[in-house]
Amino acid sequence: MDVRPILSSLLRHKTTALLLVLEIALTCAIVCNAVFMISQRLQRMQMTGGIAETELVEVQSASIGALPDAKARTAADLEALRRIPGVKAVTLATQLPFTNSSWNTGIMLDPTQKESTLNATTYFGENLVGVLGAQLVAGRDFNADEYTDLGDAQKDPSKASKVVIVTSALAERLWPGQNPLGKTIWMGKDSPQQVVGVVKALIRPSLSNGDNTAQWTLVIPMRASLDNASDYVLRTTPEQRDAVIKAAAATLHKIDPHRVILDKKSMSQLREEFFHNDRAMAGLLVGVIAVLLVVTAFGIVGLASFWVAQRHRQIGVRRALGATRRNILHYFQTENFLLASIGIAIGMAFAYGINLLLMRYYELPRLPALYFPVGALSLWLLGQLAVLGPALRAAAVPPVEATRAA
Amino acid sequence: MFGYYLDLALHSLKRNRVLTALMVMTLALGIGASMTTLTVLHVLSGDPLPGRSGQLYYPQLDPRDMDGYHPGDEPMAQVTWVDGMNLLHAARADRQALMTGGAVPIQPADSAIDPFYEDARYTTADFFPMFQVPFLYGHPWSGADDEAHARVVVLSRGMNDKLFGGKDSTGQTLRMNDAAFRVVGVLDSWRPSPHFYDVNMGNYSDSEGVFVPLSASRDVRLSRNGSIDCWGKGGGDDDHIETSPCVWLQYWVQLDTPAKASAYKEYLTHYVQEQKALGRFQRPPNVRLRGLTEWLDYNKVVPSDVRLQMWLALGFLLVCLVNTMGLMLTKFLRRRGELGVRRALGASRRAVFAQLLVESGIVGVVGGAIGLLLALLGLWIVRRQPSDYAELAHLDASMLLITLVLAVCASLAAGLLPSWRACQIAPALQLKSN
Repeated sequence: MDVRPILSSLLRHKTTALLLVLEIALTCAIVCNAVFMISQRLQRMQMTGGIAETELVEVQSASIGALPDAKARTAADLEALRRIPGVKAVTLATQLPFTNSSWNTGIMLDPTQKESTLNATTYFGENLVGVLGAQLVAGRDFNADEYTDLGDAQKDPSKASKVVIVTSALAERLWPGQNPLGKTIWMGKDSPQQVVGVVKALIRPSLSNGDNTAQWTLVIPMRASLDNASDYVLRTTPEQRDAVIKAAAATLHKIDPHRVILDKKSMSQLREEFFHNDRAMAGLLVGVIAVLLVVTAFGIVGLASFWVAQRHRQIGVRRALGATRRNILHYFQTENFLLASIGIAIGMAFAYGINLLLMRYYELPRLPALYFPVGALSLWLLGQLAVLGPALRAAAVPPVEATRAA
Repeated sequence: MFGYYLDLALHSLKRNRVLTALMVMTLALGIGASMTTLTVLHVLSGDPLPGRSGQLYYPQLDPRDMDGYHPGDEPMAQVTWVDGMNLLHAARADRQALMTGGAVPIQPADSAIDPFYEDARYTTADFFPMFQVPFLYGHPWSGADDEAHARVVVLSRGMNDKLFGGKDSTGQTLRMNDAAFRVVGVLDSWRPSPHFYDVNMGNYSDSEGVFVPLSASRDVRLSRNGSIDCWGKGGGDDDHIETSPCVWLQYWVQLDTPAKASAYKEYLTHYVQEQKALGRFQRPPNVRLRGLTEWLDYNKVVPSDVRLQMWLALGFLLVCLVNTMGLMLTKFLRRRGELGVRRALGASRRAVFAQLLVESGIVGVVGGAIGLLLALLGLWIVRRQPSDYAELAHLDASMLLITLVLAVCASLAAGLLPSWRACQIAPALQLKSN
């Protein structure tokens, strides 16, 4: 189809055409970046926890007043919790994934280092790897004789543990390409710890140090007790979670009515709350994209309808001179395709610019190249769909219109 | 003349109901979205203590050893017990307070209420006058109470309602962590936002329910919450926290004039030199004395998602404006004939322009009004989110004014170009072609 008549007619409506092009360009730029941001958020929400999430529940309890017999009380609590029907395993932990509250330590690869190599989180708790269901990929879990008491170690550093389990991500960061088993890390100048096991993953409780450090995790063989920890974590089956939460809270209250249950939730609930902001932002972006596309589509319908109405007589003349309905339809479709193409071309440049700003101020990654053709395709499609109605109405104009006054 | 234009405009708007509705709704959506996000941003970046924030400063020192020292590093974000106490007792500022956050188990006398944990602030006497905290009953504790390790407590209004049914509870006893405290005061409603004095405890969280002297809180081992940062052989265990090389306290000072502020900064440098001479400090003097607003900016308390949402909404508004502009232009140009006749009958270009501007103005005003309703709806949705700033999202008078200005500007911007373009019509040409 010859585009020259279309171009010359567009040039007579420069301002209107320009506004439409601008609208398509802005929509294209915003939609490309918004879709990209949605994908980033969804990806973040899927972040690996490394634990048997659907089988875990937590009950957080806090005692009132001094606890001279904390160890004995902890043992009694654990014994009672273990006897709840449906409970497969239980332990007391100093911290749990997705809770935003964490213990962290600097790690050195050499005790003479002036500065830590990096900062990792530390999980304490008896049989924690087994209870959480973290997957060992090399080495072994701790032996029973390797456990010491966290409370004792805090008072007397010589009682600190000598072995440690790391995540594969942390091992790869500390010793790229090497076997981490048997390597030593220092958490202080006089506390060397030997790596005896590697778990596939175990997420940090808090991501405030950045998502790229999410898997920098150590598990340390120290038993927690009620004077230094409050999170009871229980492993059960997905179906029994609610019942176990209730029973565990009741059991703890029964043993010691003089304590406060601060929190009781399933691990899935904790994850959901942890990523709530990402979910809300993704939802908001979906809403904005939808409304934006609708607004732009209506804009196209409005302008096209106006042009069709304005050219009623010319269309009649063309039909009288032998143009088919199909010719008329194609004319408006081509016109829209031209405008959309210019809009998309400018929109791509805008999209790239916005992405650069987002990279600079919001630490977003670069927009993958795939978004450009996909974005272009969807806006072309949107334009064609929007113009179809007015174009069909134009095609329906009978040749006799040529003989009538406008 | 205005009445006549109004009449013409209404007539024309009624003739194309669908198009009019489309223009109004597009504009309303754009304005509604922008107003919602701007209001949230406005609320979150507000001044927590209007009238006083200009005199509040947050001193920072660097007490770490030389390990990991890089010139130009920021000093630490909190202070140690020793430094906090030294600065507090030197009392070189107009007012000063040392503090940390925590959670205390409260054991109500009324056995119908189970024991529960409540957020607490452990601080010193000047906290209340320095932050202009309003009192409903009683009064703050005194500096002498701090020194005497007095077991006294100040309750928030909400806590007093919960524990004592809202009655004047001064003089009553409250058991916390198995220790008895005497209530000396009850606050009136007070929620500075952002929660500026401790940014580790949730930037927009509610203020605490109980306030206890720092000295007494250590005596009965009330549990501490918030950030703790140790170096060297510091372990951060609670029993030795006063002597450990760990920072865990916030120290605020009130300095009434800029001259006093610069004098105080000099004093801090002297203090560091003195501590170096004593062998406690090793690093070269590196002190900061940020004002309250500067401290909030430095800590980036406004969530970046909120800023992102604002930019997104403004981008959306721009598309809505362009869209409305395009529709309005087509509509005006479609009425070339009518406008040509008016011009030919003697209406000046200016008169036609005014007439069209009235028409677009109506679209703008109605769009703005609906946009305002949408913004209220949007804020209602924000309030139902589980974020800690949710309940702050309300439209205040200044934001209402900004909404109206934005709506008028937006509609004028949308109407100006189409009106100007349409009044350029040459009358004779239009008459001929018809």
